[in-house]
Amino acid sequence: MELAPPEVQIAAIARLIAGAGHVAVGAASPIPAAAALLERVRSGGRTRVSILHRRRGNPFTEGSRELFDLAGQGRIDVFFLGGAQIDGEANINLVGIGGYPVPKVRFPGSFGSAFMYFSVPRVILYREEHSTRVLVERVDFVSAPGVSAENVHRPGGPVALVTGRCVFVFERVRRRFRLASLHPGHTVDEVIANTGFAFDRPERVPETETLSGEALDLLRGPVAAELAETYPEFARRAFGAGVG
Amino acid sequence: MGAPYVSVAELAERIQDGSLIALPPDYSLVAMAAVRALVRKGVRNLHVLGVPVAGFPADVLIGAGSVAAIETSAVSLGEAGFAPAFTRAATAGTVRVIDATCPAIHTALQAAEKGVPFLPLRGLLGSDVLRHRDDWRVIGNPFAANDPIVLIPAIRPDVALFHARFGDREGNVWVGRRRELATIAHAAHTALVTVEEVRGESLIEDETLAPGTISSVYVGALAHAPRGAWPLGLLDLYPPDEAHLAEYARMARTAEGFASYLARHVLGEPVPA
Repeated sequence: MELAPPEVQIAAIARLIAGAGHVAVGAASPIPAAAALLERVRSGGRTRVSILHRRRGNPFTEGSRELFDLAGQGRIDVFFLGGAQIDGEANINLVGIGGYPVPKVRFPGSFGSAFMYFSVPRVILYREEHSTRVLVERVDFVSAPGVSAENVHRPGGPVALVTGRCVFVFERVRRRFRLASLHPGHTVDEVIANTGFAFDRPERVPETETLSGEALDLLRGPVAAELAETYPEFARRAFGAGVG
Repeated sequence: MGAPYVSVAELAERIQDGSLIALPPDYSLVAMAAVRALVRKGVRNLHVLGVPVAGFPADVLIGAGSVAAIETSAVSLGEAGFAPAFTRAATAGTVRVIDATCPAIHTALQAAEKGVPFLPLRGLLGSDVLRHRDDWRVIGNPFAANDPIVLIPAIRPDVALFHARFGDREGNVWVGRRRELATIAHAAHTALVTVEEVRGESLIEDETLAPGTISSVYVGALAHAPRGAWPLGLLDLYPPDEAHLAEYARMARTAEGFASYLARHVLGEPVPA
């Protein structure tokens, strides 16, 4: 069965978080949230999922600082970040382009990235748009750096970057991304042409494993319904009628 | 002894031009009726602290020309998209933007809660967020070797402004799990609170309600404002008015559209949907 692009990205992220104990999802992240909820169901509930903006049954009872306190203590294993720009050393920019403090283009801001990127062992970068506008050689503003000096306390950092075209894994020692898989229908040449930074790749790049059968039914059924509680607009667009 | 109930307009009158005013995020009990009253009274030069992020009320205040500076970790309208008035002001340089990261805002307020001058925070090293903060410091952890760590100075807002689900006769207010409101109330010189509903019984004497209650010791004044968070939501009582917020996001894309929005929904008496 043909999967829609968001479903392929959800499948890719779900694979990256398999086996995690506690996955937290921050602001405006419907695709990572869907992947996390799917992984919770598939793990039989062993993976705990905390969605920051969940309206009902929100997991946090100490206010919005609890997410960061949990991360600071090492109680969160996986978190997601994005970037208006992401560069080849996994620096992310959520602030602006062209000058600071008065940029030409302004984005909302760094949110918790300058802390979470350091604290959470497996940070997955997710950005649907895969273009040279987003994936740049060097970000204009470092909201949070991809790598740190050796004396910086940093139990966390980036492990992968998922886009609308492919999955990269990040190799901290080499400070570089490596192309890990291509989503169905996408090519290496296309990824090279649309990526503003240099990256490593194996001779033969596998296709991103997607979902079928029971897992796909779970995603389109109970996971989509739960997602709609927090992201009604997205759930309607991605999974259509019968949701929300 | 407790805090007095006044009208929403009188509550807004207590906020002076140039005040440092702490506001909660859009998902957490925003005193929108009071924010509209602030715009109507023509408040100027506010310093807004978005705890830990800012949204709709900050955007309305910025568009209305009420804000000189905003310190926060992000300004956005969530699913309705970028905050248009903020984006315009930030790129024109008409509002000073002081970029932070969420836990730094919490840390600064927790320092104020404790009455200490600063607290340390992990992360941040090597970021441009830190590089542009002349008021933050990096020191060596005095309890370990070769371990740099950031110090965040306390922030003591002049006013914490928020909405509560309940207020009682004494001026205690119930905010449930939205504990960031307790943090800003504790840290600020005073909290000004609109309440959805006034309850006759004490919130402090009820063991099930007391843990979600902020004591009137922190509260300067209250105003009864039914549907006072609209068009934002109020816990499980009413959801955000998504259609209204989408309309705002559309209208506020231009200065003229923002002015029409203000005339229709803020400067006249707002009519809840």
